[in-house]
Amino acid sequence: MSQNIIKIEDLSYSYDRQNVLKDINLLVKKGDFLGLVGPNGSGKSTLLKCILGIQQPNHGSIELFGTDIRKMKNWEKIGYVSQKANSFNSGFPASVFEVVSLGLVKKLGLFNGFKSSDKQKVTEALKSVGMNEFANRNIGELSGGQQQRVFIARALVSNPELLILDEPTVGVDAENVESFYELLSDLNTKLGITLLLVSHDIGIITDKVSHVACLNKKLHFHGSREKFKDATEKDLSILYGHSVHLLSHNHEHEEGRDSI
Amino acid sequence: MMDFFQYDFLRNTLLTGMIIGIMAPLLGVFVVFRRLSLISDALSHVTLSGVAASLLLEKYFFSSGFMSPLFMGMTFSVAGAFLIEKLRSVYRHYQELAIPIILSGGMGLGVILISLANGFNTDLFSFLFGSVSAVSGQDLMTVVIIAIFVVISIIVLYKELFLLSFDEEYAVASGINAKWIHYLFILLVALVVSVSMRVVGVLLVSSLMTLPVAASIRIAKGFKQTIIYSIIFGELSVVAGIFLSYFLNLAPGGTIVILQILILIFTLGWKKLRTR
Repeated sequence: MSQNIIKIEDLSYSYDRQNVLKDINLLVKKGDFLGLVGPNGSGKSTLLKCILGIQQPNHGSIELFGTDIRKMKNWEKIGYVSQKANSFNSGFPASVFEVVSLGLVKKLGLFNGFKSSDKQKVTEALKSVGMNEFANRNIGELSGGQQQRVFIARALVSNPELLILDEPTVGVDAENVESFYELLSDLNTKLGITLLLVSHDIGIITDKVSHVACLNKKLHFHGSREKFKDATEKDLSILYGHSVHLLSHNHEHEEGRDSI
Repeated sequence: MMDFFQYDFLRNTLLTGMIIGIMAPLLGVFVVFRRLSLISDALSHVTLSGVAASLLLEKYFFSSGFMSPLFMGMTFSVAGAFLIEKLRSVYRHYQELAIPIILSGGMGLGVILISLANGFNTDLFSFLFGSVSAVSGQDLMTVVIIAIFVVISIIVLYKELFLLSFDEEYAVASGINAKWIHYLFILLVALVVSVSMRVVGVLLVSSLMTLPVAASIRIAKGFKQTIIYSIIFGELSVVAGIFLSYFLNLAPGGTIVILQILILIFTLGWKKLRTR
């Protein structure tokens, strides 16, 4: 039985008396690659913020690595890649190397500067996403896909066991999306990092992930990718409010985990 | 040249200028990238009302200077900084509103205090536009102490300030105490604005924090380089500006700002030449 990485029980979150999330139960185990999908406004980002400890749910509990989130101290076990488009200051004259080194800020704590072993870690993280040759370029000069690789390196530099990605392919051009997912699946299979990927795009990610969770205020489906493909289009139209066509696949069905 | 150093007050001015030339651009880098450039403008106007209050008290109540203009200006500036923060949280969706409110409030108060005193002598003029002869030994000491505090704070919080400027959301997600660091940062800005006033004058203080950075962004690669170039440009313009204004009998504030503009034009042209 592999380790529980994320365990959410009966989580509800409301804002201005509106339910944003209701009765969420979710279990992510070590080595999973979970795709969390749902339409805009379905509460995906709020759920992420709860998992990251930025927002507190009104009800329910979250455990990360078996520890209640309120007692969680070793946050460096979690890497976070935000929606690039909304987040960083794109005119900022930081080099790629400097951006990645920011991933170590929390781990180092106050009063401590970067040591040479930290520089080594930055270089290794850049190599693992294939961006080491860009180390001295300014982040703003890179393409959207390259920038997103740099942000993954920033998340990887503290050796996280769980990597959370919020719509990472927004702003990445179509031809680079495929290689971007290849990188993610390498991180998952070769480095054994548990991944939680949030997307509004059901079609693309269901091919890449090991498990799928569909969110629209409530969790409508949670289980292995194979089970998800058996779900009827009717189930999905409840989620999205209109019919969704999935590409057909002919994979062998295997034992998947039931939704909890 | 030699007789320049014969006078204590000129030496004070030059030393103060050299310290400010390092400190203001160093802090300015973070001010610019956090998109808070105009805060230094607002705070310099609040500083002016502090200076006016001090001069007024001196004129009517305390002959021997109960609180020096620099110190009073500093107190007002710090209070103004925290008022701006308060207003920014009140107008969450229009945060920049805090700046004109405090700027005009500070200026309005300053003007009332000045008219209550029936105007001042040339002293006020030196606060507005800077002076090469106005820096006292006590002013110099104040600047040295503030500079030590500012530089140590920035060195200790370098990583955190860098992260906060670059990507605030990520900074919060990685568990940094953003609020606490932000308040300290605003305090530093208020202090630097008020102590810089002696040399460049209230009306041009913000240029010291923004223009060297504006020039530096054009040519620097990476954040560290941006800081280094900003300090070089700031120092160059302040030192050259003080000498030029002494020998040509100009107001140092204006001279320093025009030198900074020339540096900025040079870096703009430099980038064009290199990309051609």
